[in-house]
Order: sequence, then structure tokens, then C-alpha cells
Amino acid sequence: MGRAESYRQMETIQNKRDYIGFAFRQSVPVMLGYIFLGIAFGLLLQNAGYNFIWAFLASLFIYAGSMQFVLVNLLTAGAGLLYTAVMTFFINGRHIFYGLSFVEKYKKMGRAYPYMVFSLTDETYSVLCGTKVPEGMDENKVFFWISLLDQSYWVLGSVIGALAGSYITFDSTGIDFSMTALFVVIAVEQWRESRSHFPAILGAVCGILWLLLLGPDEFLLPTLCTCMLVLLMMRGRLLPDAERERG
Amino acid sequence: MPISVEQSVAIIAVTALCTILLRALPFLLFGGRKEVPGVVSDLGVLLPSSIMAVLVVYCLRNVDFAAAGHFLPEFLSCLLVAGLHVWKKNILLSIGLGTVFYMVLVQAVFA
Repeated sequence: MGRAESYRQMETIQNKRDYIGFAFRQSVPVMLGYIFLGIAFGLLLQNAGYNFIWAFLASLFIYAGSMQFVLVNLLTAGAGLLYTAVMTFFINGRHIFYGLSFVEKYKKMGRAYPYMVFSLTDETYSVLCGTKVPEGMDENKVFFWISLLDQSYWVLGSVIGALAGSYITFDSTGIDFSMTALFVVIAVEQWRESRSHFPAILGAVCGILWLLLLGPDEFLLPTLCTCMLVLLMMRGRLLPDAERERG
Repeated sequence: MPISVEQSVAIIAVTALCTILLRALPFLLFGGRKEVPGVVSDLGVLLPSSIMAVLVVYCLRNVDFAAAGHFLPEFLSCLLVAGLHVWKKNILLSIGLGTVFYMVLVQAVFA
């Protein structure tokens, strides 16, 4: 191996470490929540009679937090497949809106494209929205590593929960607030950076109104649809001409 | 295990497939075109701020104003997180301190 070549190889290894290191720092807030929520899920599944292999596979292939908690109920109740599908569409319907704001970005992801689409959870979406990629780093790679790390935490947590959840005596009540805190932090950052505060206020007002009207179980999808429709009607006024030219 | 292995696998598979379908839908509809429609790229700029506000409301959807212990921990902790973040601009600090504060409130103060 020539000296130049080995140097280049070292450089790519260093490069990869930089990417994983940066992605790791971005993903730490999610790590906290995913590992503990994952443990809660694994333990619940274990108690329902499914061992860690089930927890591993469910978190690998479904990878949707709140839905997996509902899944435990579906399994113990022996739910029908149609009912399962309807429940999933109902609970995970919000995911459509995440993809909607990443279509343009993800199209250029190359080989990672399918995985990026699959792994777009609430938390990964939020972290990616809040990530400012440093000069000289490839945004696609950073996004990929963040997404992959996030899912690893979730899978790891689920397996730990199924294997050892009952031995954890540490009172973790309230640790799930870290997810709320993550959304609050990203909302604050977006508030500071956006020229118009209208979309954020719209989201909060619609959310509260629909919550009061429909209650906590059913308000989410109507809220997101209303926001989308209002933003579509207002987009001419909200976005400066330069940005509208592209479409 | 209350039901058979086959039935369990089927339920998990249906859940996984439906979730993937939902996540892929916008990409299936708009990702294949050379140029993403202007409407979609505009939503890409405008939607995230709305969604993040909605997600905060979503996390607080179960607060109950009838009892102090069922809304004060959430609201005080959110205020602390937002305040810390405006002041220090450090994600880990805001989330870490906010979460510890919340845990102390629900486990010790309002228990």
C-alpha cells in the first residue's frame, strides 16, 4: 500500500468518526428517552409473554413508540388484522406530515433513501429539524447516522427491558418528559429562526382548539390537517417570492 | 403468550407494514418526480414549525387542570426548558435539567 493511499484511508476513518461523533452529540437527547421508553416497552411485552426476540423484532421492523405500546394490547387481546391496520393508521397517521416536509431533502439520499423514509419517527424528525450541519460536512451522512443511532437506542432499550426490565429498581417515573422537552427545545429554536411566527402560533392554537373539541385521543390528525390546509392557503403571503420561484 | 405464534407474527407484520406505508406515502406520491411540486416544497419550509408546536400540545394533552399535581409539573418544567434554552442555547442542558426537574416534581413534590 502506497503512503498516499494509506494516508487517504486513515483520513476516511477519521472522517467517519467525525460524522458518528457529531451525529451522536445530536442524538443524545433522543438516547435518554428512547432507552428508557424502550425498556418500558420491552418489559411490558415480556410481561405479556413475549421474550426479548419479539421485542427486538418489533422495534426493528415497526419502530414507532406509541404504536408499540398499543401493540402489546393488540397481542394480548388477539386483535383481528383489520382492526390492527385501522389502529395503526389512526395512531401513526401523523407520520405522513413528517415525510411531506422532507420529500425534497430525502430524494437526494442515494442508497440510504429507503432507510431514511422508514426511520422517520417523531423524535428523529425533530432532531433533524433542529440540526445545523457544520461547514464542510455532508448533511446526508449526518442525517443518516442520526437516524441509525436513534433506532439503535430504541432497539437496545426494548431488548434490555425484555431481558432485565424487572431488575431495574431505579424509579424512572417522569423520564419520558425528555421527549416533551426535546419538542419544546426544537420549537424554541424554530421560533427564533423563522421569519414568520405564524406557522408555530397556528400549530399551537389549532392543537388547543381541536384538543378541547375532540379530546386527547382524537385531536391530532384534524389538527395537522387544519394546519396544512391553512398553510397552503397562506403560503403566497408567508414565503418571499424568491423561495416561491423554485416550484 | 396468549395467542399463537403465527397470529402474533401476523399482527406485528401488519403493524409494521402499515407504519412503513404511512411514512412512505408522501415520498411515493411526490418523490418520484424530477421536480418536487412547489406546493410540497413550500410545505417543507412551513410545516415543521407548526408540527413542533402541535407535538408540544400533543405531549401535554393529558394534563388535568382540576388538580395542581396534574398540570403544574408539566407547565413548570416546560417553562424551565424554554427559559433555559432561550438563555443558554444548549440542547442537552435544557433537556437534561428540565427532565430532572420534572422527575423531582412528580416523584417528590406532587407525589
